Amino acid sequence: MKSVRLRDSLAFRKKTSVFFRYFGMAVLGIFFLFPIVFLLVSSLKPEELVAREMSSIMAFIPRQVSLQNYFDVFHEMPFLRFMMNSIIIVGSIVSLGIIVNSMAAYAFSRLRWRGRDAILTVILASMIIPFESISIPLLLEVNRFGWIDTYFVQIIVFIAIPLYIFLFYQFFLNIPKDIETAARIDGAGNFTIFFRIVLPISKPVIATVAILSFIQQWGNFLWPLMVTRGFEVRPLPVAMQTFFGMQPRIWGDIMAFASMITIPVLILFLLFQKWFIKSVASSGIKG
Amino acid sequence: MVLRKSTLMSQARYEAYSAWLFAAPALILLSLFLIGPFFMSLGLAFTDLRLISPLPTEFIGFRNFVRLFSDTVFFKSIGNNFKFVLIVVPVQTTLALLLAIMVDKTRRFSNVFRMIYFMPVVVPMIVVSVIWYFMYNPSIGLINKGLSFISFGVLGKSLWLEGEKTALPAIMILSTWQGVGFQMVIYLAGLQDIPQSLYEAATVDGSSPWHTFWYITLPQLRNTTIFIVISTTILAFQLFTQVKVMTNGGPNDATSTTVLYIYNQGFKNLKVGYASAVSVVFILIVLVISLVQRKYLKSNREVG
Repeated sequence: MKSVRLRDSLAFRKKTSVFFRYFGMAVLGIFFLFPIVFLLVSSLKPEELVAREMSSIMAFIPRQVSLQNYFDVFHEMPFLRFMMNSIIIVGSIVSLGIIVNSMAAYAFSRLRWRGRDAILTVILASMIIPFESISIPLLLEVNRFGWIDTYFVQIIVFIAIPLYIFLFYQFFLNIPKDIETAARIDGAGNFTIFFRIVLPISKPVIATVAILSFIQQWGNFLWPLMVTRGFEVRPLPVAMQTFFGMQPRIWGDIMAFASMITIPVLILFLLFQKWFIKSVASSGIKG
Repeated sequence: MVLRKSTLMSQARYEAYSAWLFAAPALILLSLFLIGPFFMSLGLAFTDLRLISPLPTEFIGFRNFVRLFSDTVFFKSIGNNFKFVLIVVPVQTTLALLLAIMVDKTRRFSNVFRMIYFMPVVVPMIVVSVIWYFMYNPSIGLINKGLSFISFGVLGKSLWLEGEKTALPAIMILSTWQGVGFQMVIYLAGLQDIPQSLYEAATVDGSSPWHTFWYITLPQLRNTTIFIVISTTILAFQLFTQVKVMTNGGPNDATSTTVLYIYNQGFKNLKVGYASAVSVVFILIVLVISLVQRKYLKSNREVG
């Protein structure tokens, strides 16, 4: 009898501790979710309700759903232009970045040439230079080149990234050599081997670099703020800041604008959740 | 034999030749837009270069650095970064570990929780700044009203972004909110790398959960923790978007940061030389942090 009661109380204790853990996790979940819900719900409210309801539980409940704020954003500014600018810039950086960084990594990991190790050391060392610390001389440089206010200047500086070269490099080192040897005997050159054999089996690392680069670039702010003047080539984050800075602030419209920057990323995240998490996890393996 | 040797030679030459072709785009871009500007900032820091100025640029030695010493805004900015590091790094690292352990222990819905905690990471910082700006509004913002509600009116009177004492903590809270999911995922990967046999041995020995955490989990996560602490520290020194959008460094420079100061001096005031001097100090700090990281990782390898 005694032992049964003991077992019961142990099971009970375990159950309560599981309950408290779930409870704690749910509370934390609310903490991480509520600002996003607040954003999306506010964007759907009529302007006069956004501020009035934002301090109560009603901030999370859309009583009257309207897309008026979204129409206003399209009406008041060339929103589609900003969206297109962001897509062009981020799309170019991600795709060119994959090619350029993986090609360099291939030369460092699979080919023998003089100077390879020394150059690799320099690239790895340059990983720690924060972009912010070189932004002013870089601005001076591109200004001399006459590149201000172009797509080009927003793309070209972010293509080659030491961290991404390193991620590709690590992945390529682990590819068995036989795969290449067989192709080489068949007379394939390095370019064929790289594009036809190595890249197709490197999908995991390509996804990692694409996702990390996408998250980074979609919200990129400092550099486009410095190199864009008019709205022609301005990406979403800088346009958002300009709109946010205008007085008086139309809160509903600002929320709609902010939602439209966020929703595409959220959709991608929900669709490719596993890949997003894997990418971040593998970016941490270092040293 | 001769023939063979020459084909071998030409094969090596072919390999080197194609290697340079493969590496060339990245090497050119990196030297033009990373390594070049890095050395430029080192050089410019010793000049009085201004972007638009009729006077010729002159070499002025250490004068920029001497001026930095009596520049209170510079010290305030860099001090804010250090305050940020001292508070956010421990808090965020602990929270990330806590979240990772909870997600790791959970059987059901662990993917859902992991997704929710990670979600803010994909929200662009500009959007995060805007949302929290509204929520921090002292009179009608959600945060003050919510705090007042749960504390029966005791809390919820803070000025947040408008108060000199509360503005930086307010920025810290939203930065942690946005960033902690990233570290959680890295911790989760670290947790999954710990050999299960260690836990089994601990259970056999009758080790308490707290004991297991302290003597097995934590030491096994040592490298992960060092990586997270260092990368969060460097990120804390890069702080810019939030403060630019929400407070523009105010009130009274209470939220100014090193990067905001570089931006204001170099881009707004066009004092390129002076901004470069600040950049050099910035680079030196990041360099020291990275060297410390390398040292700790190495010493760990020798032990393990």
